[in-house]
Amino acid sequence: MCTNISETVPAAGAAKGGAGWFPVTAANVGFDHAVGSRFDHALLLDFADPSRGPSARVAVELDLETGRALVAALQSVIEAAERSGAPV
Amino acid sequence: MWNSLRTDAPAGLVAGVTAYRAGDGDLVHAYVARPEGPGPFPGVVLAHHMPGWDELYREFARRFADHGYTAICPDLYCRTGHGDPDDVAAAARADGGLDDGLVVADLVAARDWLRALPTANGRVGVFGTCSGGRHALLAASRAGGFDAVADLWGGGVVAAPDELTPRRPVSVLDYTAGLDAPLLGLFGDQDQHPTPELVDRHEEELRKHGKEYEFHRYAGAGHGFFYYHRAAYRPESAMDGWAKVLDFFGRHLTTGS
Repeated sequence: MCTNISETVPAAGAAKGGAGWFPVTAANVGFDHAVGSRFDHALLLDFADPSRGPSARVAVELDLETGRALVAALQSVIEAAERSGAPV
Repeated sequence: MWNSLRTDAPAGLVAGVTAYRAGDGDLVHAYVARPEGPGPFPGVVLAHHMPGWDELYREFARRFADHGYTAICPDLYCRTGHGDPDDVAAAARADGGLDDGLVVADLVAARDWLRALPTANGRVGVFGTCSGGRHALLAASRAGGFDAVADLWGGGVVAAPDELTPRRPVSVLDYTAGLDAPLLGLFGDQDQHPTPELVDRHEEELRKHGKEYEFHRYAGAGHGFFYYHRAAYRPESAMDGWAKVLDFFGRHLTTGS
């Protein structure tokens, strides 16, 4: 099915793709047809710079269980980072 | 019919990318495949699926050409940008997906491009799988003017109010009265979008409006059962489905030649 489930958030950072590092200005999160994984549908995470064209992205496909674990790990690490006082 | 060729018949075809004047006047890329020779040939417009203007759809176009059709598959994501089909599809998804009105205009312009060819027999069908099935049916219902339409497991034809968006503002079901071409539908009973119940609802609406249609359902198949590169592939159902598509278009598109 084509779910059309997709959200985009602005991002600040960088990602490493086939052509090396590039700035990341958007993070796209979707759940739709998988392309590179064995799943019918997957969480689709793209770290992208749309101003550089569609190919400027690092793409990841995950199952939902991995996605939940990733969210928890991100939250945990963010909290630890804030406690550490280390600057971004 | 599959493999019904004559071994002593010429089988050349011409295929490649061209650009045509699409719905809003933009020049849009399209993959065109046609048999060699003067025709007259019927035409098929292919509405590609959500994963993009990809290798699979180029193969589909060549398959139709092998069976005597001029096939045109517009790059519905052409305005999004260019790159690997996967990347372009991802960019289109992030952008909120395609606008129904523009897709209909692009498919209608492709239909008219086919009809204007000197090799045309004047009859044109529209074909699509997945989101392309929905778009094919949408074009045939909202704009009309096609001679046959094949919707293969198009999801979202029956859309609940909370599934409508500014780019997809009307359920395709609500355009059923405007459908002016015979419809072929192929569906897998294991599909979750559309479910068999949603296909039932679609049939109910077609019957209510007295539309000419034939639906075929495959018990062991789910969504995308033609896709030999995915786990969803069901070879027996896919081959039967291709036979039904070619038979259907043969009956409705070649009569004018």
